[in-house]
Amino acid sequence: MRLEPRGQVPLWLSITTPIVAIFVALLLCAVPLAIAGAPVLEAYWLMLRGALGGRLALTETLARAAPLVLTGLAAAVAFRAKLWNIGAEGQLYMGAVAAVVVGSTAWASSPFIMVPAVMLAGALAGAVLLLIPTLLKTRLGVDEVVTTLLLNFVVLLFVSLLVEGPLQDPMSMGWPQSEPIADEAALPRLIPRTRVHLGLVVALVAAALVWLLVARTRWGFEMRAVGANPSAARFAGMSTGAVMIRVALISGGLAGLAGVGEVAGVRGYLTTDLSPGYGYSGIVVAMLAQLNALAVVAAALFVATIFVGADSMSRALGVSSYIAHLIVATSLLTMLLGTLWLRYRVHWR
Amino acid sequence: MSNITPTPVLRLQGITKRFGDLVANDAIDLELASGEVLALLGENGAGKTTLMNILFGHYTADEGQIEVADSEGRLQPLPPGNPAAALAAGIGMVHQHFTLADNLSAFDNLVLGTEPLWRPWQKLGGAHARLERLMADSGLTVDLSARIADLSVGERQRVEILKALYRGARILILDEPTAVLTPQETDRLFETLRRLAAGGLAVVFISHKLHEVLAISQRVTVLRGGKVVASLPTAGTDRAQLAETMVGRAIPQTVREALPPGPAILRLHGVSVPAEAGRTPLRNAELTLHRHEILGIAGVSGNGQAALSNLISGLARHEDGEVELFGQLLRDANPSRMVRLGVGRIPEDRHHDGVVGEMAVWETVMLEEYYRAPYQRFGFLQRAAARQRAEAVIRNYEVKCSGTEAVTKLLSGGNMQKLILGRVLDREPSLILANQPTRGLDVGAVTYVHRELLAARQRGAAILLISEDLDELLTLSDRIAVLYRGRLSASLPTEEVTIRQLGLMMAGHEGEAGHAA
Repeated sequence: MRLEPRGQVPLWLSITTPIVAIFVALLLCAVPLAIAGAPVLEAYWLMLRGALGGRLALTETLARAAPLVLTGLAAAVAFRAKLWNIGAEGQLYMGAVAAVVVGSTAWASSPFIMVPAVMLAGALAGAVLLLIPTLLKTRLGVDEVVTTLLLNFVVLLFVSLLVEGPLQDPMSMGWPQSEPIADEAALPRLIPRTRVHLGLVVALVAAALVWLLVARTRWGFEMRAVGANPSAARFAGMSTGAVMIRVALISGGLAGLAGVGEVAGVRGYLTTDLSPGYGYSGIVVAMLAQLNALAVVAAALFVATIFVGADSMSRALGVSSYIAHLIVATSLLTMLLGTLWLRYRVHWR
Repeated sequence: MSNITPTPVLRLQGITKRFGDLVANDAIDLELASGEVLALLGENGAGKTTLMNILFGHYTADEGQIEVADSEGRLQPLPPGNPAAALAAGIGMVHQHFTLADNLSAFDNLVLGTEPLWRPWQKLGGAHARLERLMADSGLTVDLSARIADLSVGERQRVEILKALYRGARILILDEPTAVLTPQETDRLFETLRRLAAGGLAVVFISHKLHEVLAISQRVTVLRGGKVVASLPTAGTDRAQLAETMVGRAIPQTVREALPPGPAILRLHGVSVPAEAGRTPLRNAELTLHRHEILGIAGVSGNGQAALSNLISGLARHEDGEVELFGQLLRDANPSRMVRLGVGRIPEDRHHDGVVGEMAVWETVMLEEYYRAPYQRFGFLQRAAARQRAEAVIRNYEVKCSGTEAVTKLLSGGNMQKLILGRVLDREPSLILANQPTRGLDVGAVTYVHRELLAARQRGAAILLISEDLDELLTLSDRIAVLYRGRLSASLPTEEVTIRQLGLMMAGHEGEAGHAA
């Protein structure tokens, strides 16, 4: 078997490859499903119905997809510039903390002031958090994979300190949770009596803006150049440090917004189990989308579908809902193989 | 077949190697006698290195067979794809990039791999004596106790050749051995090779430098497009014929017309540039460069070229002295300021510094100017303007690619260099830094780059040409200066210098150089 680089990738191939990859992943995951004693076809049907069949299922999937779009974009933007931000989970929590600090007292009576303020605060908090490891990287050469990852645990402990201390709700009867977000600061529900909130619109607009930024602007050009060949970027007159800082602010800000959505749109108050790993799943979403901002939306919907569907299926069939992680992970692997196939022509002999 | 050569030690028959659609070697026949120096001549991509890698067992040929003489002189088939078998059959290879452990002594490098590793102690006395004898016989002398890192490039190459001989090589393959040597070191290598050949060693000398091929070989085999296009005795041929055979068409001579130099464009006065890690700094450099003039900077790579090049590119700042550019003192230089001032920069390593391989050709063309009109408005890239410019560059500089959307890294070396050249020259810069502008290019592309640089000089550009290729320097430069250990010599008019003199200066004998001419 030999690999030969392709010149240009035809459009139909780059669209069909992810579909085929996901299909292959589902095929592979049929094996553990069967071993767990579930009828495979019925299991997949239940998953599909659980995620997309009916108003409640569909809105739940959308509600889950919103934070995944934002953390997926956070990873995609950073990875494009080869800033390996593994810390979206921590940035998400910092965004949530800022949202609670700014939004738990109704200091303004209008949601038109409170909601933007909460979002701005959350984005800023996430951005500042990522700025620390980025400055360590550009100034001292500290590996950001390590620092961003470890900061996640630092932040989680910090949140734990806050919700059992200064931010604890006096009405919580000792439960470690923060004061609730004021009604004026809560993200409005898009569809009544569901969990779909304004955050979904924010996420979709963010995806469009990030795509525009990366593909069409001078800043995006710099990000792509610095990511693909830093020494050529320097030779062309770009400041790699400045580009990295800009990327960090955008990436951290997006992850912070995801935290705002969870705390001010879904939960209403801050706890240490606010996010079921949206920050880490964002990395998978970005990789599935091959770092393309528009594809991030599709990838986030896919991952949300699997998670919501697997929950419902496991309740019906008694299969562990960990199958969701297995399907997502397998999809990532088949997708990576798919990208190899996109970049190279394979010759058998 | 039997009485052509007295004792063939190596015979290749019908060697064919395909990489996909590309036929790297197409039914190649080759025969080598003991005591013979055979030159394998061809452009980059002609299949020289592939052929030798097949011979040495790194690749397996799709078709054909290799026979090597055994100790009694009978030809035996060589098992394919087995470097150990090639070594055992007496084939030694000296790669272009040396395969020595820098932190070990020359002696340790020589015996590495020949002595069993599992013995608690080694019998090295015998090895020492054998090596001393080998050095005396071959004339290849090196200090066996010296660390490789402390040896010069020429000495390291001697260690490589000794290593092959120590393992009993009867066939020695040298892949572009002179690429890193000064002219004097090359002369010395040739003397050694003649002496070894006289002792019965068969040598394959791979090169694309014609004068070296003419100087050392008895026979020349020319490869083009993976095929043997000629195999002839060196005595009956000449430079022009070989060049034409190698390229497949007549090569126009590059002629530099005399031009009176214009006003000074660049002046360095006592300039020192600090070194990047592990590099040589530039010390106290004096230099003046005028319009309509090409100043050649000769020197073995690693003697301060990077520091000088970084200074003119805007990547490094001087810490001492004065840099006067277009009549203004230069302060706080950076790459984009240099570009705006009208400096065109052709980087030494085009893949590393010149292009972002993943980007499309049109993005590569605007890489140095993406931030200003007409390529950018209100923060948005003006893609139509950029594509238009790229189309013009592709057309005017004969860049062969599928169009402005082609991925830059898939361009061949020559076309990538033409793209960079076009990007730079299309702006009509007043000062051009050309750092190794033809390294690794084939003859056609080299001629093209030379012609364009001379045309820019004609139009009034001042060109600082940093090169290791003395032929290139002598062809293009009006004056030549030499860099050695960070010190820049005074420049000499090209008409007054000889290769020998440059070679001495490149090796640091500045004092003797005056008398040597």
